[in-house]
Amino acid sequence: MTSKIMMTTALAGVLGLAASMASAQEVRFMCYSDGNECEVYDDVLSRFEADNPGIDVVIDVVPYQAIVENLPVQLAAGTGPDIAKVTDLGGLNEYYLDLTDYVDTDYWDASFADTLNWYRVGDRQGYYGMHSQLTITGAFANATLFEQAGVELPGAGATWDDWAAASRAVAEATGTDFPMAIDRSGHRVAGPAVSYGAALNGPDGPTLSDDGFAAFATQFVAWHDDGTIARDVWAGQGGSTYRDAAQEFINGELVFYYSGSWQVGRMDENVGDFFDWQVVGSPCGPGGACSGMPGGAGIVGFEQTEHPEAVAAVIDYLASEEIYAEVTARTRNLPAHLGVASAGVEYEGVSPAAQAALNGFAAALPDVAPAAFWYQGYAGNRAMYGITVERLSQAIVGELSVEEAVARMEEDLAAAMAETN
Amino acid sequence: MLQIISPIMRVIEVPMLALQRMLGTNKIAWVFLLPNLILFGLFAFLPVILNVFYAMTGGDNVLLEARPFVGAQNFGTLTECDNFLDPNTCREDKFWRAVWNTCWFVVLQVGFMVGFSLLTAIILNRDIRARGFFRSVFFFPVLLSPVVVALIWKWILQREGVLNAFLDWTGVGGYNWLVDANWAFTWAVFISVWAHMGFYTLILLAGLQAIPRDVYEAAMMDRANPWRTFRRITLPLLSPTMLVVVVLALIKGVQTFDEVYAFTGGGPGTATTFIIQYIYEEGFAGAPRLFGLAAAASLLVAGVLVVLTLIQLWINRRNVDG
Amino acid sequence: MGRVWTFLTATRGSARLHWTDWFSYGYLTLGIFLMFGPVVWLLISSFKTEADLQRFPPTLLPYAQQTVELEGYDEPLPLFLMTAGEYEGATLAQLRRVGNRAQMVDPLNPGERLQVNIANREPVEEFSLATENYTSLFERFNFLRFFWNSTFITVMATALMLLVNSMAAFALSKYEFRGRTAVLLMVVGTLMIPQTVVLVPLFLIVTELGMFNSLWGVIIPGAATPTGVFLLRQYMITIPDEILDAARMDKASEWKIFWRIIIPLSAPAIAVLAILAIMWRWNDFLWPLIVLTRTENFTLQLALNSFQGELQTDWSSILAMTVLTLLPISLVFMFLQKYIATGIASTGGK
Repeated sequence: MTSKIMMTTALAGVLGLAASMASAQEVRFMCYSDGNECEVYDDVLSRFEADNPGIDVVIDVVPYQAIVENLPVQLAAGTGPDIAKVTDLGGLNEYYLDLTDYVDTDYWDASFADTLNWYRVGDRQGYYGMHSQLTITGAFANATLFEQAGVELPGAGATWDDWAAASRAVAEATGTDFPMAIDRSGHRVAGPAVSYGAALNGPDGPTLSDDGFAAFATQFVAWHDDGTIARDVWAGQGGSTYRDAAQEFINGELVFYYSGSWQVGRMDENVGDFFDWQVVGSPCGPGGACSGMPGGAGIVGFEQTEHPEAVAAVIDYLASEEIYAEVTARTRNLPAHLGVASAGVEYEGVSPAAQAALNGFAAALPDVAPAAFWYQGYAGNRAMYGITVERLSQAIVGELSVEEAVARMEEDLAAAMAETN
Repeated sequence: MLQIISPIMRVIEVPMLALQRMLGTNKIAWVFLLPNLILFGLFAFLPVILNVFYAMTGGDNVLLEARPFVGAQNFGTLTECDNFLDPNTCREDKFWRAVWNTCWFVVLQVGFMVGFSLLTAIILNRDIRARGFFRSVFFFPVLLSPVVVALIWKWILQREGVLNAFLDWTGVGGYNWLVDANWAFTWAVFISVWAHMGFYTLILLAGLQAIPRDVYEAAMMDRANPWRTFRRITLPLLSPTMLVVVVLALIKGVQTFDEVYAFTGGGPGTATTFIIQYIYEEGFAGAPRLFGLAAAASLLVAGVLVVLTLIQLWINRRNVDG
Repeated sequence: MGRVWTFLTATRGSARLHWTDWFSYGYLTLGIFLMFGPVVWLLISSFKTEADLQRFPPTLLPYAQQTVELEGYDEPLPLFLMTAGEYEGATLAQLRRVGNRAQMVDPLNPGERLQVNIANREPVEEFSLATENYTSLFERFNFLRFFWNSTFITVMATALMLLVNSMAAFALSKYEFRGRTAVLLMVVGTLMIPQTVVLVPLFLIVTELGMFNSLWGVIIPGAATPTGVFLLRQYMITIPDEILDAARMDKASEWKIFWRIIIPLSAPAIAVLAILAIMWRWNDFLWPLIVLTRTENFTLQLALNSFQGELQTDWSSILAMTVLTLLPISLVFMFLQKYIATGIASTGGK
């Protein structure tokens, strides 16, 4: 019986080998899609293949779950792909292929500048990742509801308090279900927390329990209690699961929705003619900072690959200004490439409102506080996001008081740091 | 189908007969067991053994050889509590919240599950019209993936869902079910019974088929009422199958995860967070990945399950002997 | 009508309806509504557009807004019914909307532009099936390849599992030998550890055996389930030993007893296990997700879930794909369920 199994396994192995022998250099690209990214990569890379007959790039489209949960296990076991689109930028650093020897580092420095640092950890300071899509958090406002209520949209420099007051007034006047909502995600609340004075990277290392963060947590929970923020989003879910409020916003049940640049395409398609919406950036905190939170995904190669030159060539091709601009326009993302950004992007197939919204988000990038920028590149940020979501939710539903929740966040973070160091 | 299988079986008979002559009638049992033991040992038992080693190591590395040995520290972390009944006093408060949630959940879910699947199986076993159709109806939810089960019920139960639309229409008025801890829990029980009832119904249906018809005919002659027939004939003759169902329902109940996780994510707060979700979030989905803590938690749960199962087997044996 | 009545009231043996018959049919009717209703709704929803799926509250049937083509306008214009104001009761086509006000025209009189408040109108909708949910699946990826992979895995794993598990169950139920209890306890013991937990160790073992990115890496570990052995063993216990002894008197080999007597008599349990095994392998997601990373090896479930991104999920495609993956196993179930009723009861009753 076993010998039979072994034989069939061996047979399968040989067949698999034969398949990969057929092309000299097969490069496997593990990709996930939030829209049409993988299709667009497939399309532009077929041009690359035409120029480089020796390289065959195969795109494997996987669920996002495979990238977050399985890719690290596969990399540890030495069975990872050659290239992948990842979001845990710093966390996977130990497996990245250093592209320094294969690419024009001056061009990379000039084009990607600070985002290169998000992929660097400790003494591994090479060129690892090409930030393929930049996102930034920010707010959407239902302008039609404001108009119906006869309330002025708070202008630039308005604080979170101003927006909360205005949204409440609009909701009351128009009979709308919810004044505000924020996505259930540790990444999303980081921007407002920084605006409220959270240092994140404190003098004694990463922290979720300084006065600034506690001030934000208190206000955040209070807004849930008085009905300013829709409870459904944070209190309707558990664990560290993600939940957005796009559906509520699309259905016109929400006045002010704090999410991010990636929602523009969805709003554009699904709101249609139902109402006018507008991107209003990130409100300011009491301290004066008006920070959003940057984010996004990048394309990296892995050290385990058998064809490092081919891998580097593929990534460098995608990093070239012309291709990067094309991909950005077709996938409707913000560019992290400075050259592409300064030239401006004509997005394909979007309404003027969506074009304006994407430009509005891009304009908010300089407002990102240094703490938020550091947070995005910090290797332990996923742990911190998870802790934030779980404990804040418990405070919102009343399982813990705000003080207890903040204390638990501190303990959880200390435990997580102890295990990883 | 039979034309393909029959010759294969006849071919296997030749070496099996030789082995039988060599080993004797009783030892041939091991030959029957062997293929299963090999597969089972490699792919079911060995991972469990490795899991024990994971439980005794720390850090967030995947490879066992790269993990530092920490002894019983993970078990210590899990059981560090001032008062086990109050999760807030525990170091791993999430674990203990999950434990108590799971206890309540299992008591309710297993009771409803076994009760309803037995009732359904008995009804489907009667000589009703369109039996195949009705069997399919009750089994169909089992075919759905957890994500889809959760999606359907979210549509029905969300604030602007179908149920609330119906309640508004009847004048009762809707309710925001999923932000209320108690209701979310109740619906989690309901959905997991809904999604898995067909599985147990099917097993019980097969068990009911094994009860000879003449036994019932004899009972009908004696004018025994349906309840008496059920108590005196159906239940005792069904007891081996019932054991399977109760044991499986209990184990799977404790291991409930997929559909509830996709449905509420364990919320509101931690109201529907069960043990497997805790293990999953500590060991896989969360960061850092604490495989050691997750493995230790799974072993604690397995220990409790073994005790519960042994009690059931013991009760069953006593009933059969008596 | 009379026919329907006899159909509904048919009972075994007696002509009169017992209260248990009433109860049974009542229960089954409720069952259709509760168990099947949501599934039917899923089927209908797979024909909705993404925007329609996002709508509060969800509608029963898929709708799309009615449009009209008017001379002088390039695009078809959406139609609205006026519910209040000056033009109440009229059906107007909208040109554009700015804030609270919409500019509309009467399709019967396209020359004149009318200004209305948007609160005074509601869209005219018609039933419309979004069949593009289905057609785009076939355009987007190699559906047949995934279908073949899923089928191959399901068939091989089920066949292997049924053979191996029934042999083991036979040994554990019909022989007295030392170590039997130990093996049985080991089998039941592994039931206690959920698959989610052993995913990583199992992955390392399978990789070590060279089965990573091979369909066999899904098939072979899948065959080693404790549930199957436990289920079959409990069923085989109920088969009377006298039948076996009689066969042994006739000099039947042990293999023949297994194959000719035990297997046919266990048909209901084997049918149940076959259904379960097919369903498990067909719907398996977590395990293939970690073992198979190459598109050419993907199963339907992996393809289905690849519509789930980090921030967005393409529900309309997921629903269409779900319905397509459901069809084959539904057919298999309807075919196999009749074997559940061919056990000892039917053979012994006649």
